[in-house]
Amino acid sequence: MTAPTTVFDEEIRQRAREILARYPADRTRSALLPLLHLVQSVEGHVSPAGVEFCAEVLGINKAQVGAVASFYTMYKRRPTGDYLVSVCTNTMCNVLGGQEVYDTLSEHLGVGHDETTADGTITLEHAECLAACDYGPVMTVNYDFFDNVTPGSATDLVDDLRRGERPQPSRGARLCTLKEMSLQLAGFPDTRDEAVADGVPGEPTLRGLQLAQQHGIAVAGFNPDTPIKKAGAKEDKK
Amino acid sequence: MTTSPRREVLEKLTPVLTKRWLSPNAWSVRTYEQLDGYQALKKALKAHPDDLIQLVKDSGLRGRGGAGFPTGLKWGFIPQGDGKPHYLVVNADEGEPGTCKDLPLMTHDPHSLIEGVIIASYAIRAERAYIYIRGEAVHAARRLRNAVLEAYDKGYIGRNILGSGYDLEVVVHSGAGAYICGEETALLDSLEGFRGQPRLRPPFPATHGLYASPTVVNNVGTIASVPYIVLGGADWWKTMGTEKSSGPMIYSLSGRINNPGQYECSMGITLRELIELAGGMQPGHQLRFWTPGGSSTPLLTADHLDVPLDFEGVAGAGSILGTTATQIFSDQDCPVYATYRWLEFYHHESCGKCTPCREGNYWMVRVYQRILSGQGTHEDLDTLLDTCDNILGRSFCGLGDGATSPVTSSLQYFKQDYLDYIEGRTAPRLSEKALVGAH
Repeated sequence: MTAPTTVFDEEIRQRAREILARYPADRTRSALLPLLHLVQSVEGHVSPAGVEFCAEVLGINKAQVGAVASFYTMYKRRPTGDYLVSVCTNTMCNVLGGQEVYDTLSEHLGVGHDETTADGTITLEHAECLAACDYGPVMTVNYDFFDNVTPGSATDLVDDLRRGERPQPSRGARLCTLKEMSLQLAGFPDTRDEAVADGVPGEPTLRGLQLAQQHGIAVAGFNPDTPIKKAGAKEDKK
Repeated sequence: MTTSPRREVLEKLTPVLTKRWLSPNAWSVRTYEQLDGYQALKKALKAHPDDLIQLVKDSGLRGRGGAGFPTGLKWGFIPQGDGKPHYLVVNADEGEPGTCKDLPLMTHDPHSLIEGVIIASYAIRAERAYIYIRGEAVHAARRLRNAVLEAYDKGYIGRNILGSGYDLEVVVHSGAGAYICGEETALLDSLEGFRGQPRLRPPFPATHGLYASPTVVNNVGTIASVPYIVLGGADWWKTMGTEKSSGPMIYSLSGRINNPGQYECSMGITLRELIELAGGMQPGHQLRFWTPGGSSTPLLTADHLDVPLDFEGVAGAGSILGTTATQIFSDQDCPVYATYRWLEFYHHESCGKCTPCREGNYWMVRVYQRILSGQGTHEDLDTLLDTCDNILGRSFCGLGDGATSPVTSSLQYFKQDYLDYIEGRTAPRLSEKALVGAH
């Protein structure tokens, strides 16, 4: 097997070893998904070189890696922009206006699904349910949420991105690039100062809880010292 | 106008799993420890693992991921003393359309999940646990990974946890965008580094799960419930919910209501009451159809406002409690179009392993496009039902079954809407140009 191209330098090889160490020594294939996120963090997509790198690290063949990489939506097979803009067009967001948001953005940016603007800033896609239906219609930029978007707010957002600004997501951390985000998906901590602390819960998340607090509702009878019943269980040598 | 809920309805709110979300920095270990955090772990490590399994059995806790399988029973299936490694795998691959309860939990209170993971792993004698989190859930994953590091630092995970002699490694593993990986055996294949495709059962994960070893796969909400049961006891847990569906449940309300959001309530609350909590329907909107627990659960209608939303109650109404993702649609929403968009989803997310699901969804999408662009025929409705007959129960996993739910239920309740497209009374919703499908 030929050595993969040098885009995967010693630092990346060290990261690959760290990923492998998370799994049992005879089960390293489990590292494949994080390894694919890792190569995407270097190149912005999973290239043939990236596939070859994963295959070499795991001692499996390129076809085995390619079969996995092509199965999962988040592994991009062509170069992407710095910002992946995903608009939910599944049923709930769709009827609340998500389809209109997607159509407007597509026309505004002059690109279709899974296509990148000529300046290399933005890759647009329509996404399936992003698990934020109480904030619908939603879109994400590199998977951080922008809630209750409208065609107007969405075009403003992509214009900001194209001017080099990084608008603050509604609830998540400040934006990073697709490559930086892919490194986090490979399982490495977000090292940006206090990025973990970024974002407060939005109103819909807290609604039930706030209603309970306003009206003094709490679950009665909670005693944290309630003993755990002994079932007279047999001795167990763990 | 938002109306104020009545007192007896407000009293159905049971903030348990959500109660820390209002506390600033509840995601940090310092705040978590100040709010009962890791007290359940200290208590559990002094108990015999079998007593913990019994406790969870006694609590009546059932899986929060959709199927409602009794959790303690699942834990009890793990063969003990078999000499094999055991695994706990948390299914955090939240993606069922409408479902949005696990992401806020992991984002705002990740330690409650981790504490549950440690206790559950101790109970089933696992020395490794994986949290398989949906790839797109990046901020939740940031918080979760940070919380795991904090827990290692504090000695809650790692070697000889709190001096008990018990060792546990916890790994947060991000997926990569495949709804099917929320199906537990597909999740295991994905975690092993393969395409996420479901396995034939038996054998079940309890004996042949991750790496062909005994494995418990539980949903986020299920595992995050465990610390509260350990602290408050089974009897306290059962003060919430109904006889066979105990405890609190996070109901996720979306759609045509004034205040969509997360409402943690005693199981068995009704949609009428939930809508009241959510400030009523939006002005000018009348309830027309809704999902009790995500798009894979058959649609219900305004006739079902008083169905108790617990496992038995919803089953009695011909649907499934699922993930308690109640998506609420009004008279201004079209059930045919809604179903079409869900079908696009199932078509895109079918893993392709089983022919009925792969081909059936492909063709049903095309039938819907024809109906919605005004070119449908009466025969199309028979084709849809016939296709559903050939998908339901004929695939390895529930994805195919789920896809038939909106089709058969919308045809059951809203056949006239279909006929109105076919017979030209409703203007076409799709033009050829507008046929934007799922990717």
